[in-house]
Amino acid sequence: MSDHGGLHPAQPFPEAAREQVVRAQLRANLRKVTHTIREKRANVVGELPQWEQLRTLGAATKDASLANLSDRLLQLEQSVKARGGHVHWARDAQEAREIVARIAAAHGARELIKVKSITSDEIELNRALEERGIHAIETDLAELIVQLSHDRPSHILVPAIHRNRAEIQALFNAELPGEGELPDDPAALAAAARRYLRHKFLTTKMAVSGANFAIAETGTVCVVESEGNGRMCVTLPEVLVSIMGIEKVLETWEDISVFMELLPRSSTAERMNPYNSFWSGVTPGDGPQEFHLVLLDNGRTNVLADDFGRQTLRCIRCSACLNVCPVYERAGGHAYGSVYPGPIGAILTPQLLGMHDKNANTLPGASSLCGACYDVCPVKINIPQVLIYLRSEANLQKGLTAEALAMKGMKFVMSEGWRFEGALELARVGQGPLVHGDAITSLPGPLAGWTQVRDLKPFPKEGFRDWWRNRPAPVDAAPPAIVQKAEEGPVPPQKKEGGQFDAEPPREDTL
Amino acid sequence: MTAEPFPSTAEAKLELLTRINRAIAGAEQQPLPPYPVSAPLSREAVLHQFEDRILDYKAAFTRVLAGEIVGAVAAALGGARRVIVPPGLAAAWLPAGLDMLRDDPPLSHADLDRAEAVVTGCAVAVSETGTIILDHGPDQGRRALSLIPDLHVCLVRGDQVVQTVRQAVDTVAASVRAGRPLTWLSGGSATSDIELVRVEGVHGPRHLHVIVVE
Repeated sequence: MSDHGGLHPAQPFPEAAREQVVRAQLRANLRKVTHTIREKRANVVGELPQWEQLRTLGAATKDASLANLSDRLLQLEQSVKARGGHVHWARDAQEAREIVARIAAAHGARELIKVKSITSDEIELNRALEERGIHAIETDLAELIVQLSHDRPSHILVPAIHRNRAEIQALFNAELPGEGELPDDPAALAAAARRYLRHKFLTTKMAVSGANFAIAETGTVCVVESEGNGRMCVTLPEVLVSIMGIEKVLETWEDISVFMELLPRSSTAERMNPYNSFWSGVTPGDGPQEFHLVLLDNGRTNVLADDFGRQTLRCIRCSACLNVCPVYERAGGHAYGSVYPGPIGAILTPQLLGMHDKNANTLPGASSLCGACYDVCPVKINIPQVLIYLRSEANLQKGLTAEALAMKGMKFVMSEGWRFEGALELARVGQGPLVHGDAITSLPGPLAGWTQVRDLKPFPKEGFRDWWRNRPAPVDAAPPAIVQKAEEGPVPPQKKEGGQFDAEPPREDTL
Repeated sequence: MTAEPFPSTAEAKLELLTRINRAIAGAEQQPLPPYPVSAPLSREAVLHQFEDRILDYKAAFTRVLAGEIVGAVAAALGGARRVIVPPGLAAAWLPAGLDMLRDDPPLSHADLDRAEAVVTGCAVAVSETGTIILDHGPDQGRRALSLIPDLHVCLVRGDQVVQTVRQAVDTVAASVRAGRPLTWLSGGSATSDIELVRVEGVHGPRHLHVIVVE
């Protein structure tokens, strides 16, 4: 188990993507889901004329909280303690796992219920608990599907997005005790999950949750969800542990408002999701009477320390960027190799792990830089710019590579026409053994990277320069007026006093 | 505190705060821009918007005058007989013949699971998003009461419906500062985890019936 838990990709993105893109069923499932959500999102966002101002306020509110993060966290700790809760500080995944496991052990828990915690996946909590004989039961329907199939989540919001109803039907028929043969109807499958989990909710003594937001001023923690499993987990057990990344803290209660407007419309494309739960420490006679809040760093302070990358920590995990991303749509969430997939994962994962991580630092390449992710981001994280920034950071890490040498060579060849033509002639001859059918599918040696994710067209038999030299002599049949205009030449852009280039309007007498 | 102490915590806290302070040294804080809100609607339009949003969530909606509450509650409860009633909810609003479960002494989880319905009030409601906010005051009861039964009938006074999320957040600010938990409901329990097909009713109440009283 690595110290960074579920963040670490096992292979570089291009390799992982190559394995995923050939799965036709996966691509069909993904395409259907991402296109449906993105259309719905556009509709509900369009209802609010002030959407852009809400985005600006959301971004500014998170920035303000991050600019005073240590004060905010100390204030949060004080408020939670004042309401009878406990606060723990975890520098990394291992420390966070240890804290949760010890709380469970102190209560003799053999089983606990879990809700809504990508952070717990980040620290690989379930595995650590299992090693100590404690079984964690996922209660979100999609998380349950992922857990029962020993799979990994592939989307922040709908972790089983890569599976369709037939796959889930087969899974539930095999794994849910006493259900018999279920139909493939989503309502029937959801009802089976309800029956399976109902008893667990009513009898399990301990729960672990994530946190969407926490309010420093009041010690209030918030979980946003749809199914009611969140309400069950934060209300019915005797002991509740919530794990949150340190960037989730907000200053005042009123700060929550803008995020309750931005988050649901961006994530599930609803005006509001069905259930939001807010609690502050413990409430006598209502809900768990023991509450622990775990504040997790696990690389977040590295991100915070980078003036440009810091904006990544505004993320409220809505997943809007996943649903509009052409790369995510084709490669799927598993290709990113981390619990954080998609465009946000491509910038968050390598920053949390550090740019020296050989696999994670390929993630900023997982983008066409089309900019759709920035347009939909409710807190205005400029993902394309951060991607470019991180690509250059990754290159600095690499030093002088074969690719860099090849580029230097290309620069030399292309700087003189005769060298370029000579190189072309050589290439035309040299490519012979590499051309298969109508394409070059793999280049040798240091150039292999170019054909890893794309096929190349071979050099044509006759290039443009050859064609130009050998073309038939032009027939001079143009009327005199046009010849005269051509002799005057086109009007070049003129430099104005202010230093700006601008095209001069054509003069009357030339027309 | 029943859990044992965690020796690493004090050291971890110190190091974490040091890392943060080093990271944000020199970070500038910009003033926040003003909160953008929707153009205000008339009272009648707000109530219409609320109805429209509630129906959009596939929840049931009834709008009645004060004298018609009992009949509306009876209709909303349908065949449900074992009904949880929070301690502070006016008995005069409930139809006769119910097997009323009062949460005093507190009902067990098993008792709650056997109930067919719950009737509550609310703290505030938002028309723009069709959201009802419970602050678990005496007419709403503790959180488990409105969570476990399959049918939730929620009484909302007309003057409790505000237009925007921001207004609602301000309305419940005092409750939050007093340490009360909040539950925000927008329709009944739902999931879209299987092929994004929305299925109403998973773990929370499968049916929500909103009665607006004027």
